[in-house]
Amino acid sequence: MQKRKTFPKGGVHPPEHKLSADRPIEVLSLPSRVVVPVVQHLGAPAEPVVQRGDEVKVGQLLARGNGFVTAHVHSPVSGKVFRIDKRFDASGYKRTSVIIDVEGDDWLPEIDRSEEVVREITATREEIIDRIREAGIVGMGGATFPTHVKLNVPRGKKAEILIINGVECEPYLTADHRLMLERPAELIVGTRILMKALGVEHAVIGIESNKPDAIDLLTQMVSEEKGITVQPLKVKYPQGGEKQLIKAITGREVPSGGLPVDVGAVVHNVGTTVAAYEAVQKNKPLIERVVTVTGVSLQRPSNFLVRIGTPVSALIEAAGGLPDDTGKVVLGGPMMGKAVSKLDIPVTKGTSGVLIIPDEEAHRRPVQPCIRCARCVSVCPMGLEPYLLMDLGVRQMFERARDERVMDCIECGSCSYICPADRPLLDYIRLDKLRVSEMIRQAKQAVK
Amino acid sequence: MDKLLTVSMSPHVHDRDNTSRLMYGVVIALLPAWAASVWFFGWEALYVPLLSVFFAVLFEYLIARYLLKRTPSVRDGSAVVTGLLLAFTLPVSIPLWMLAVGVLVAIGVGKMSFGGLGTNPFNPALVGRVFLFISFPVQMTSWPLPKGFATADAVTGATPLGILKEGLRQGEPLSRMADQMPPNLDMFMGHMPGSLGEVAAVALLLGFLYLLWKKIITWHIPVTIFVTVFLFSGLLWLIDPAHNATPWFHLLSGGLMLGAIFMATDYVTSPMTHRGMVWYGIGIGLLTVIIRRWGAYPEGVQFAILIMNAFVPLINLYVKPKRFGEVKKNG
Repeated sequence: MQKRKTFPKGGVHPPEHKLSADRPIEVLSLPSRVVVPVVQHLGAPAEPVVQRGDEVKVGQLLARGNGFVTAHVHSPVSGKVFRIDKRFDASGYKRTSVIIDVEGDDWLPEIDRSEEVVREITATREEIIDRIREAGIVGMGGATFPTHVKLNVPRGKKAEILIINGVECEPYLTADHRLMLERPAELIVGTRILMKALGVEHAVIGIESNKPDAIDLLTQMVSEEKGITVQPLKVKYPQGGEKQLIKAITGREVPSGGLPVDVGAVVHNVGTTVAAYEAVQKNKPLIERVVTVTGVSLQRPSNFLVRIGTPVSALIEAAGGLPDDTGKVVLGGPMMGKAVSKLDIPVTKGTSGVLIIPDEEAHRRPVQPCIRCARCVSVCPMGLEPYLLMDLGVRQMFERARDERVMDCIECGSCSYICPADRPLLDYIRLDKLRVSEMIRQAKQAVK
Repeated sequence: MDKLLTVSMSPHVHDRDNTSRLMYGVVIALLPAWAASVWFFGWEALYVPLLSVFFAVLFEYLIARYLLKRTPSVRDGSAVVTGLLLAFTLPVSIPLWMLAVGVLVAIGVGKMSFGGLGTNPFNPALVGRVFLFISFPVQMTSWPLPKGFATADAVTGATPLGILKEGLRQGEPLSRMADQMPPNLDMFMGHMPGSLGEVAAVALLLGFLYLLWKKIITWHIPVTIFVTVFLFSGLLWLIDPAHNATPWFHLLSGGLMLGAIFMATDYVTSPMTHRGMVWYGIGIGLLTVIIRRWGAYPEGVQFAILIMNAFVPLINLYVKPKRFGEVKKNG
């Protein structure tokens, strides 16, 4: 194996618990009803283009994203629109959603549903970006930033390298791992498509060394591919963070407040890359995704291919049902995922996992005084001082927090994870960030 | 679903380490030095630290409960560490009432008067020690010779640093004192007069390895102190070997090992960044040699650490970690 790389500063290594790593992706049966929110991405909400009572097919446009930073939403099922109403999603707020009663599984005819891998890329650069936007593709690692925006390199900047993020550094999650093992050919064609869209000659697939089978398989498969390499990485959280991954692979640091393309890099997640393949080669919009359902108390930790809009409860049922001692359910991984209060909320484009946490581990331990052990400073991958930022938050000294670069925080949670006194460091840092971004907004308005 | 789920912000997992595990890790790291001390100085070296820990926990409990009127948190183990460390810096012949006074100052003045764990600017054990040192200079500089478990009356003698200071004061060159000095190997093993827990360099280094292995401390502070003391004292020795001890002597004598490994690395009173720790360590190393060579006292580690403790807030203010993606100005 090649020498393993990693980012130099900070990071933690929580227990990995990749319980479902050996479980092949199973297709989850269709639910009787789906709830499809019109905001499943970062950016402006999409506007519904269907009405109550409309018959829809799989892949049909449900809501149009008007503007640049937004994404279309398509119907994941066929059936009848029951109503368009506000429903809870993972955020804990009610969002406008298209609710569809499922009838059959009738796909739009232009979608190629065959298993065959289409390798030849006939679409031009503009057509690729256009199809990706039309397919409503967003970053599927969890950030849900619209993919076509990332492919439009701002004028005056040049992309030099495409990085495919197969790191999956969050404990428990295995969706990307399984995708790399089971759909490597599609992943590689997808990588070529994104390379063409960006006009770059090189792509690197970054994978942590706790997935040796994926590293071996892809290394072997790209040996014939010009310009694509696989880079093994040491296991360290948050290596899947965009800035950390770029640093690990290229040695370059994205400047504070800047974009990855400022150092010539563009990063896309493996799930996004496969979705891009399907959009461009198969004409298929983003209507389903792989979700890891996991937890130490769960009967059958699994990886499911799930239609968007399926209730989380259906996934848990399929994995053996909610254990009696469950105290917390998290969408995403344990480090950055969101705890939810209800289980009838839908799977969305950014749902990478459903993590069941037993009651005894679901609660925070009591906060103790800071002993100034400096571990939070050591583990911060952004070179910040979490103890200080928390202190400034407590004292409401937000200008000083801004000067101490609080906006650089990527909210990876390494500081709160490591703190021996169980202090809520990241919570106060989030408060700092909220107040500082208000300050920045007000300052901008004052200038206008 | 009739069951309520817990909702909180991420992260949803937590490292197993907590404050008391770290504190008891330090206690474990001190055990080799303690054992060596009992070997050299006899049973007194066993019960003096035990009593010191007992006083420390008792005083912290009473002060928290009845003066500060809050729930005592003696279980975090920090009082145990303070009690143990203070005892390690005292002569084994210390009168017990004097020990109690020292612990009261360490815990009461050094720690609790600032608000308890995490808030004190100075290392509490050293505050206690310096108080005793200044108040009771005779008892605090009467060093029993290692006698093991022999029942004979203890004989006292000067520490190597004491011999050095006295000799230099009388203008003698170093070669005249050579026959009074213990050989380097004895100093490394701890066979020499000195404070209860400071003599056995080998045992203290064993504790250092344990602290590093368990990731309780990083190498930055102790190693910087060692290197600074070695280079600075080595430079003086090269310039004038007749009046300066060898760098090995400086590393192995007095409280340097104990101070660098266990006192200077006290979380609460040391800097928050690795770069800051290096500056702090350099300061302690320089001050130690300066005090030993030109100061009034034979030993300088305790004052060096306390002086640098005072600089920690300043170091934290000006020495920042390397920020990720820092945009260079005028670049």
